[in-house]
Amino acid sequence: MILLQLFYEFMKVGLFAIGGGLATLPFLYEMQEKTGWFTVGDISNMVAVSESTPGPLGVNMATYVGYVIAKPFGGLIATLGLIFPSIIVITIISFFLKKFQESKTVKDAMKALKAASVALISVAGVGVMQVAFLGSQKAESLAFVQDILWKNVLLAVVIIAVMKISKKSHPILLIVIAGVAGFVFKM
Amino acid sequence: MRDLIDLFLVFAKIGGFTFGGGYAMLPILQAEVVEKRKWATEEELMDYYAIGQCTPGIIAVNTATFIGNRKKGIVGGIVATLGCVFPSIVIITIIAAFIQNFADISWVQNILSGVRVAVCVLIFSSVIKLGKKALKDWMTWGLFIIVFLISLFTNISNVLLVIAVGVLGIAAGKVKGEKK
Repeated sequence: MILLQLFYEFMKVGLFAIGGGLATLPFLYEMQEKTGWFTVGDISNMVAVSESTPGPLGVNMATYVGYVIAKPFGGLIATLGLIFPSIIVITIISFFLKKFQESKTVKDAMKALKAASVALISVAGVGVMQVAFLGSQKAESLAFVQDILWKNVLLAVVIIAVMKISKKSHPILLIVIAGVAGFVFKM
Repeated sequence: MRDLIDLFLVFAKIGGFTFGGGYAMLPILQAEVVEKRKWATEEELMDYYAIGQCTPGIIAVNTATFIGNRKKGIVGGIVATLGCVFPSIVIITIIAAFIQNFADISWVQNILSGVRVAVCVLIFSSVIKLGKKALKDWMTWGLFIIVFLISLFTNISNVLLVIAVGVLGIAAGKVKGEKK
């Protein structure tokens, strides 16, 4: 019974949390209040674990919450609930996109949306940049130069150099190398 | 069947190396789905991202469903999405079951610190690649700059921004059409 309810609750999150994984956060707080399945402390723990592991944030959180409530099966059910609305909605949109991709209206909208997309991805990049090179999202003061993590900047230079030399270097390989570098040099 | 197994495995690989949400997934998608396997073009990937941001659900999941659907219909969409979430389910379950305070372990933090640098460089290299295709005239450049500034400095939700830009694009297309 709790599994059904779990599926339903996360289906709602999947249906109403639009955008990136962090959009699921407000829904988790609401779920916490309503059901008491987990504590507020659990939520911050979940965010920390989700950010420290591979995989989309929202999916990681769903699996984690589900596990806290009903062990491995709970994790599975919560995740399936989360992705269920996406599969339905995107399948429908996909159908219409194929059908109307030659329409001028769709083309005009997509042309503008692509520009917006590049902008939003850039903004996400700026966020990652702050965490990667300053260690936190916010520059506390103008004297943030002293907060710069120079080892990380050096690693970035090395990665850019590798990408320039070998155009085909696979992103996964670069991520693994950077992770090993972080481990070895205690970054 | 072979295609479906491929879809599952490729998206499992992508899900297993995406650190930090849907946007971080983009460079790996470009390498695996566009360049290596040619399942979608760069333009189509951009379309999926744009739509995935203003439709219900998580961007990464939406994009996986889109590409799977394009390659192998409804079943393809489901299989790609399950592949994408598979590593998360396994990894998070193991951590939740066995490891207390995973995120506080110092070597985990060290690895992550390195990984974030790579993710950051990769995201910007994707932005440059996509920018060359998406930003071709004054209108697209203008939209790029405006959306970038609004999203960086205000709390206006990305969903609203994306919808407004879509409407604007259609309106601009209509105006241009009438002039001709």
